[in-house]
Amino acid sequence: MTMHDINHHLTDKLLMAYSAGALPEAFSLAVATHVSMCDECRARLGAYESLGGAVLERADTVAMAPDSLDVTMARIRNGAPVVNTPAPHKRGVLPAPLCDYVGGDLADVRWRSIGMGVKQAILPTSRDATARLLFIPAGAAVPDHGHRGTELTLVLQGAFVDETDRYGPGDIEIADEDLHHMPVADIGADCICLAATDAPLRFRGMIPRLAQPFLRI
Amino acid sequence: MTRGQDAWVTSMIAVRDARDEAAFARLFGHFAPRVKAFLMRSGADATLAEECAQETMATLWHKAHLFDPNRASVATWIFTIARNRRIDVLRRTRHPEPEDLPWGPEPEPDQADALALQQESKQLGEALAALPEKQRVLIEKAYFGDLTHSEIATETGLPLGTIKSRIRLALDRLRHAMK
Ligand SMILES: [Zn+2]
Repeated sequence: MTMHDINHHLTDKLLMAYSAGALPEAFSLAVATHVSMCDECRARLGAYESLGGAVLERADTVAMAPDSLDVTMARIRNGAPVVNTPAPHKRGVLPAPLCDYVGGDLADVRWRSIGMGVKQAILPTSRDATARLLFIPAGAAVPDHGHRGTELTLVLQGAFVDETDRYGPGDIEIADEDLHHMPVADIGADCICLAATDAPLRFRGMIPRLAQPFLRI
Repeated sequence: MTRGQDAWVTSMIAVRDARDEAAFARLFGHFAPRVKAFLMRSGADATLAEECAQETMATLWHKAHLFDPNRASVATWIFTIARNRRIDVLRRTRHPEPEDLPWGPEPEPDQADALALQQESKQLGEALAALPEKQRVLIEKAYFGDLTHSEIATETGLPLGTIKSRIRLALDRLRHAMK
């Protein structure tokens, strides 16, 4: 995964909502993963978090309990020992927030086939939105579908092309209700993406629609 | 080291490098009552807010080595810790965080840059205070967790671009130093 050549970024709306803590967990995971790969959006997010800092600084105060500093110092002394070593630099293929949800790296993902070589793995998030990893073999397509809500698709490896553009590693596509698309993986390499949706996808074809309740796609 | 530096940054660095309890007490005195008020605005009762504010301040101590004055003010950093506690405790879900970027190999990053960011953060606070009330209340509601993501409006009329550029510069330097 490279830092350069990211052409499709997060919107201001997603960044501000993430910084305010207003997104469903699955969307926050997509935002945190893109930010892990993109310094431009990390800096934009930093600006929105500064706004949160300004709100906190200006907020009213409510007196703490009289013994609260002592209680906190006791918490600190009883807490986990402080590890002062810097976080290890990137170990594997997946950015750190995803490793957390997978419980390991790419090799540990528990894929389930959804047909035509396409595989998915649903990640454990709150139910207000769904996050899943998608594996699309080189040259294969995800069935033509539309959206009721919003779908964020972040490329982790390889690339895909749809009606709108080409998306490579680090690029995120933000699709809303108006977009009907059929992502096709680049012919050169298998494509692995993180997709987050806040409503079930709508397929045009008959068979995927029948299969939908089983696949939770 | 302290000359020209933001007072809260100085206290944070004393906590980080010297585990300085007096510096921690200063940070606690200023920020804990704000965090408690923030959590109560977000729907926590006084007991829960007190406990979460203590936990937020304990996290500040434990994670002091990750604070970078080139990329955030102390208020901003504490806001992100308190926000995550709010989501954990009030919404019972997690808030996935981006991969950590530590301070980098240089123990003391560029002080002029850090100072500039602290000043710009202060100016952002002043600009927020100067907004028409209706607009300011909308921003505060968003950060207190009163708005859904579809209700949030990104037109803030605030100088966020200058802070973004400053952080971008710090990230470029960090990446260069890590090579
Ligand atoms: Zn980006």
